Amino acid sequence: MEPRRGLVFNLMRFALHDGPGIRTTVFLKGCPLDCWWCHNPEGRSPKRQVVYVAERCIHCGDCVRACPEGALQLGESVVRDPHLCRLHTRCVDACSTGAQTVFGRWMSVSDLTAEILKDRIFFDESGGGVTVSGGEPLTQADFLEALLAACHALRIHTVVDTCGYAESHAVERIASNVDLFLFDLKLMNPEKHKKYTGVRNDRILANLTLLAKSGRAVIVRIPVIPGVNDDEDNLAAVSRFLTPLGLRNVDLLPWHQIAAGKYARLGLTYRMEDLLPPTEEHLQAIAAPLRRDGFHVRIGGLS
Amino acid sequence: MNERVAGLRRETLETKPSISIERAALLTEFCRNDNTTSVPIRRARAFQYLLEHKEICIGPCDLIVGERGPAPKATPTFPELCCHSLDDLDVLNSREKTSYAVDRQVRQTHKEVVIPYWRGRSMRDLIFAEMSPEWKAAYEAGIFTEFMEQRAPGHTVLGDVIYRKGLLDLKADIEQALSCLDYFHDPEACAKRDELRAMAIAADAVMRFAERHAEKAEALAAVTTETVRRSELLKIADVCRHVPAHAPRDFQEALQAYWFTHLGVVTELNTWDSFCPGRFDQHLYPFYRKGMEEETLTREEAKELLECLWVKFNNQPAPPKVGVTAAESGTYTDFANINNGGLKRDGSDGVNDVTYLILDVIDEMHLLQPSSNFQVSKKSPEAFLKRGLEIVRQGWGQPSIFNADAVVEELLRQGKSLEDARCGGISGCVETGAFGKEAYILTGYFNLPKVLEIALNNGVDPLTGKRIGIQTGSARDFASWQQLLDAFRSQLHHFVDVKVSGNNIIERLYAMYMPAPFLSLLVEDCIAKGRDYNDGGPRYNTNYIMGVGPATCADSLAAIKYHVFDRGDLTMDELLEAVAHNFDGHDKTRLLLWNKTPKFGNDDDYADPILQDVFNAFFDEINGRPNTKGGYYRVNYLSTTCHVYFGSMTGATPDGRKALEPLSDGISPVQGADQHGPTAVIKSAAKFDHLRTGGTLLNQKFTPQLLKGDEGLSKIAQLVRSYFRLDGHHIQFNVVTAATLRAAQAEPEKYRDLIVRVAGYSDYFCDLTRALQDEIIARTEHESFAPATTEPVTV
Repeated sequence: MEPRRGLVFNLMRFALHDGPGIRTTVFLKGCPLDCWWCHNPEGRSPKRQVVYVAERCIHCGDCVRACPEGALQLGESVVRDPHLCRLHTRCVDACSTGAQTVFGRWMSVSDLTAEILKDRIFFDESGGGVTVSGGEPLTQADFLEALLAACHALRIHTVVDTCGYAESHAVERIASNVDLFLFDLKLMNPEKHKKYTGVRNDRILANLTLLAKSGRAVIVRIPVIPGVNDDEDNLAAVSRFLTPLGLRNVDLLPWHQIAAGKYARLGLTYRMEDLLPPTEEHLQAIAAPLRRDGFHVRIGGLS
Repeated sequence: MNERVAGLRRETLETKPSISIERAALLTEFCRNDNTTSVPIRRARAFQYLLEHKEICIGPCDLIVGERGPAPKATPTFPELCCHSLDDLDVLNSREKTSYAVDRQVRQTHKEVVIPYWRGRSMRDLIFAEMSPEWKAAYEAGIFTEFMEQRAPGHTVLGDVIYRKGLLDLKADIEQALSCLDYFHDPEACAKRDELRAMAIAADAVMRFAERHAEKAEALAAVTTETVRRSELLKIADVCRHVPAHAPRDFQEALQAYWFTHLGVVTELNTWDSFCPGRFDQHLYPFYRKGMEEETLTREEAKELLECLWVKFNNQPAPPKVGVTAAESGTYTDFANINNGGLKRDGSDGVNDVTYLILDVIDEMHLLQPSSNFQVSKKSPEAFLKRGLEIVRQGWGQPSIFNADAVVEELLRQGKSLEDARCGGISGCVETGAFGKEAYILTGYFNLPKVLEIALNNGVDPLTGKRIGIQTGSARDFASWQQLLDAFRSQLHHFVDVKVSGNNIIERLYAMYMPAPFLSLLVEDCIAKGRDYNDGGPRYNTNYIMGVGPATCADSLAAIKYHVFDRGDLTMDELLEAVAHNFDGHDKTRLLLWNKTPKFGNDDDYADPILQDVFNAFFDEINGRPNTKGGYYRVNYLSTTCHVYFGSMTGATPDGRKALEPLSDGISPVQGADQHGPTAVIKSAAKFDHLRTGGTLLNQKFTPQLLKGDEGLSKIAQLVRSYFRLDGHHIQFNVVTAATLRAAQAEPEKYRDLIVRVAGYSDYFCDLTRALQDEIIARTEHESFAPATTEPVTV
């Protein structure tokens, strides 16, 4: 990986739910976790991905002709042979409808700060700034470190939205240039954590402890996945874990079904197909004991 | 709201607009029998005759009295300006949208009395007879519209004069001006004498009109046994005997003085944008405070009186428009627009208790008329901005939001004094003016994409095959983007010349034949100068031409620059072929143009400078041209409903827009072209040099969830403040979901009360044409997503 370039899969301006004020959120590609409910599956792979959106296709064949590897075939839809594709993305350039799109663009720190600075006046007015999310931004730790330092040099407020699964020294390296961590805490039980995310949670808990002990500003974010982590045991364990760390801010992020379509486009199976989102009452019921334990709980991160 | 107001509100909502023949019949009767030679005096006497003979209407629950017609929503016609044909009346009666009921008696009187006298004598007839073939060709092709072809120039707003002076005081000023006339040296002295005498007659007319209301109220009181109502009627009589002859003494008199003044202006002529009370909160505040201090008024009483006045505004639908004017402005609203907040004359914050009271009234009344806005300056308190946004987020399209500091700078650039600028504001949709001192006449919309279409076709309108422009060369031979831009500028120059030469004739026709002595009384310097409002009497005299479709035009130019001259993936011939065929058989080209071209509205460094090229071309062509009244032409950017009409007159455009579809509205991006959210739209919109305009209009549609809670409100407030720090002039929000709008299309009867922001005004969604409904749905819906719902944008 080139140290001063990062692989970005999305850049969202006017983000209102990723920290204080009006923000620009940078989504870095690649994630070590494999959460069943992941709402950004296009951010999981550390490589660029060409995605075909069938609904936009007019079957003109331009992409097929543009591919130097002959990796595409035109039939009912356009089928790509992943073994032949070398990610030249000529198909994307040739497509006039946006049916062939690419997730992932290599950007330098200065490319990104130029984009981020476009909304500086909104940051100034609202107390906002930049949020780096993903994927897992710490999978591109060198780039993340450089980006955050550059933002701080420009006096832009920084937030990092992390799953916490990273080398501790990487977390320590970036921490001084992070004004606020949004730290995901999915499941306290290590075995269940392994089942639903692909990894155990000990490293995550260690990193959260590290940040708490070094006095960093942290908001703990719990994605509420019905039947997975919304039981009393898990939430009681969360409370027991966070209380001695002195972390008081918890956001409950209700899971919803909206990402389903993305899985189909990426050719992935969605393991949460039949789940229903949590009701408002249920969220309040979850929040109540946490509030009793003294936590400042927000639902949806924006209340 | 209390029971009285609820009843009045129900009545105004349920009453269907109709055509009243009263005014047309009285005017015809007067003109047939009158032999006055002086035009202004004849106009003043006609006005006097109308007000002496029209039916006086006092409803059983009214506290503020007076209607323009003989009953609420009975709408007069103005045959001296536009003599409707019987066909026009039938269309008005039966058209699907914004119809006016025409009963048999009205139709018959119109046929037997009105048409025989006015046909060939109306301003509309005179104007069309005087216009050049070039003007007619451009007008018929939809290059521009003409505001004064069936309505009178008005476009003005009242200052504080009526709260300081009664009409008797103004008559004293007239006497003073008459005594100063210099018959030795001033060749215009006699003309001024006639004008001043006409103003005095007009003042008498309105005082008598008020007196007739007093007589009627007393007569009603005499037969009313209910004691509360009887005392209300006697109070009304007392008020009407005092104002507007004298300056008002209390809050109710201040409102009633305004209302009589308003009725006078809109009865004298059918002035554009009706008439507006200007900085109402500031004008009313001294009366409010006095009433509170003396304990003769409570906040609830003041609110009830204001709400009664609100109903009166809503009782007056716009005079019926036909033809192109109905298409450019297809609405019942007459654009009276209440300004709140802003700055005071001394530059301090203008927000006061009445500001909040009026915002409460707007919130409770939810009426189409009057329109309302709030003016935010850097000095405005956050509480004021948030109170306004609380109403905005209910999603019925009012109030809209203005940058008071930008308005001041715009007026200063145009040469107003600082004090006059601070007392200014906006009227109509977004138009900047010095209240009480300026005639700022909107002369017509101007179709920018159509001018580009003509430039791409060497002067020929491809929709008709007629040559209406000048020859600027075959676009297929253009060797550079600059050559194309030059051709566009040359066509623009030609059509602005055509438009302005027509305007100048029309302006003189109004100055000669349609003076407005009553309006002239109210606008500063007319009395001192002895000149009419329509003849340069006001301190400032500005003419506007309104650019329409700047984003469609810029995106089209960007598409050509990008694909033909920079990338070379299309030849000019291929592009023009595709456009000429409305993209039939050229789907791929259209998609390329639509999907793979930099577009205005994305804070994009390729597209936005092209918008600035369009802005500068239009500005350079218009700004500073003299009008015939000692003032100058300026530009502004608003479209009302004209982007739909102009769209229907414009073929396919190189940005991928199909023929006859609407153009972009106001300064908003092309519908659906903005893909990076509201901050990017705002950054792009800020690339218009707002301070060199007399108003711009930016539409943003938000779904309700974005504005949820105090935090949502704060973030929208921050968005607004940011836009205003960038000198943005105006922003308005449509807070509805597309799903709601589609549901309203499917079952209009269930959504009769759905008000949406159209352009510079709000309208009932179900009263809009299908094309406009579709267009509003298409305007990008800015959702703010939690990351979980992010639809990836490829970077």
